[in-house]
Amino acid sequence: MGKTLVEKVWAEHVVRSADNEPDLLFIDLHLVHEVSSPQAFDGLRLAGRKVSRPDLTLATEDHNVPTLNIDQPIADPVSRIQIETLRKNCEEFDIHLYPLGSREQGIVHVIGPELGLTQPGMTIVCGDSHTSTHGAFGAIAFGIGTSEVEHVLATQTLSQARLKTMAVNVTGVLSPGVTSKDLALALIAQTGTGGGQGFAVEYRGVAIEKMSMESRMTLCNMSIEWGAKVGLIAPDQRTFEYLKGKKFSPKREDWDRVVEHWKSLATDSDAVFDKEIVIDASLVTPFVTWGTNPSQGVALSSKVPMPEDFASVAEQIDATKALEYMDLTPGTPMREIEIDTVFIGSCTNSRIEDFRAAAEVIRGRKVAKNTRLLVVPGSVRVRLEAEAEGLDSIFVDAGGEWRGAGCSMCLGMNPDKLKPGERSASTSNRNFEGRQGKGGRTHLVSPLVAAATAVMGHLAAPTDLPSEVRG
Amino acid sequence: MEKFTTHAGLAVPMRISNIDTDQIISSAHLKRITRTGFEDALFEEWRKDPEFILNNPQYSTASILIAGANFGIGSSREHAVWALMDYGFKVVISSRFGDIFRGNSGKAGLLTAQVEQDLVDRLWSAVEAEPALTVSVDLEARMIRCGTLSVPFQIDDYTRWRFLEGLDDIGITLSHRDEIANFAKSRHDWMPRIN
Ligand code: SF4
Repeated sequence: MGKTLVEKVWAEHVVRSADNEPDLLFIDLHLVHEVSSPQAFDGLRLAGRKVSRPDLTLATEDHNVPTLNIDQPIADPVSRIQIETLRKNCEEFDIHLYPLGSREQGIVHVIGPELGLTQPGMTIVCGDSHTSTHGAFGAIAFGIGTSEVEHVLATQTLSQARLKTMAVNVTGVLSPGVTSKDLALALIAQTGTGGGQGFAVEYRGVAIEKMSMESRMTLCNMSIEWGAKVGLIAPDQRTFEYLKGKKFSPKREDWDRVVEHWKSLATDSDAVFDKEIVIDASLVTPFVTWGTNPSQGVALSSKVPMPEDFASVAEQIDATKALEYMDLTPGTPMREIEIDTVFIGSCTNSRIEDFRAAAEVIRGRKVAKNTRLLVVPGSVRVRLEAEAEGLDSIFVDAGGEWRGAGCSMCLGMNPDKLKPGERSASTSNRNFEGRQGKGGRTHLVSPLVAAATAVMGHLAAPTDLPSEVRG
Repeated sequence: MEKFTTHAGLAVPMRISNIDTDQIISSAHLKRITRTGFEDALFEEWRKDPEFILNNPQYSTASILIAGANFGIGSSREHAVWALMDYGFKVVISSRFGDIFRGNSGKAGLLTAQVEQDLVDRLWSAVEAEPALTVSVDLEARMIRCGTLSVPFQIDDYTRWRFLEGLDDIGITLSHRDEIANFAKSRHDWMPRIN
């Protein structure tokens, strides 16, 4: 019997396996940031341990950094201490760091791929749940907690129980104006927040083959939102083209043999998954959330649901609680929901493709009077590339704000937050209560819906925009 | 890590499903660089509501949390586990846990006992009817006992063994140092290295 992609990559990394024990996996790349690492470094110091492989470890500052006035000392003293702690720890343990202000700084899941550090067949971990993003390259990549960060720092391995495998067969292709973000939100609405729990999922099918690497990253990024720690896609010609010539990609003389190996990782035709599910991409339309977890979503063309619409009592209780928090009345058309802030950013949708798509919608138009538009690139490289293309001026001319790179309003750790009661349309990945600021209300959307919403002032798709207003 | 064999204490029934780690501890508290002192941050927003179950004085000394399905979904923040432990919880019972949360709990020393949802319902009813009921969680037998109820729970063999022995994961792995070094020698030579 053949093997699946994830089984092949896993098998290449088993240092040790024994009955009734998890496998000990070698980790090829460990990405570190300021929030989930300080206590891990403390643990090392307490035990008198060193970092085992600084050459396979890379740090950056993203979660807690400001996106304005980045050349000045960080105003919030607690944030500043956390950043300074990371700098000291990297110095002491000899870890390479891309700090705020450096050309390579950005959200861990944006800089790994753009530097060519994320490659097919690798194992990649980071103290952040959206590490699943890197699976878009055919890597086993997953988020870990601080104790595991310490474990990887000390040993460059992790003990991990084998994951079950699931194929997500995406039939059909996405219609114009529908993105991989919509597909992800529709899929999560179908599976629930726990549908992928315990599984490594592989996304496959024509729709996936046609997707750009950026769109694949968006899809893999959202895997954790339906409970799958690992989400991956077989490497193909697009993957290889994306990686060619990147800073850390294999050298020219190695390229052909490496690509041969990468090709061999694809799931064999006779491999069997523990579970398979199907979603028809051609039926997906722009999709948005109405509730307080990412599975509480509907088509933009639809209405706020009623708690009685749900089958189980638990779901009904969840829906009632979510509607109350979101201050929504069942039956309201989603398009009538007015939005205070539009956030385009986060490791889900802050890559160049996302900004090109959003800018194309906004170009020559104005942000609605009572709406604020915040655009935050995922990395300094993305920022510079967008500026070189003039995308920043499109957002600024429309009345939006163009910021420095970081997580920003995705999790509201820095000053970019919603005020209590404020409502956002956000291209990020989580609409949990208070995620973007205490009392803030979040609707998850694609970059296209975000851009159209900014112009209209209520949830909208680009097709809703009157064409004549363009300047 | 301390050894864990059996824990007995009061249990608090939290009939909420999909509790994400942002609710357990909000990002405002993740700027701290210490590993302790998170007890006040636990469920901070929800605790402002006098009706929230943790504000019920009958459960104020509870050390076992019985939660709805999909407990600990979302962010990988281990601070969520630390906050639960700092508050005094030793065990969380749910029919399904977020994968990363469960992994973090296993490393930090918080026991996650997975119980079928219909049995969670019975545990909820039992402790709601009699909040002073002692609930005991027997890791050796993988059994929860409360009043006349005996409820089996699932936990993987390895985590169970480490809890029973009180073993530090890193110490175990470092005993395989030579195997790791050998493995490292055979890795693909093109894999990226940072300087
Ligand atoms: S952008 Fe948001 S989800 Fe992504 S790493 Fe940052 S905080 Fe986490």
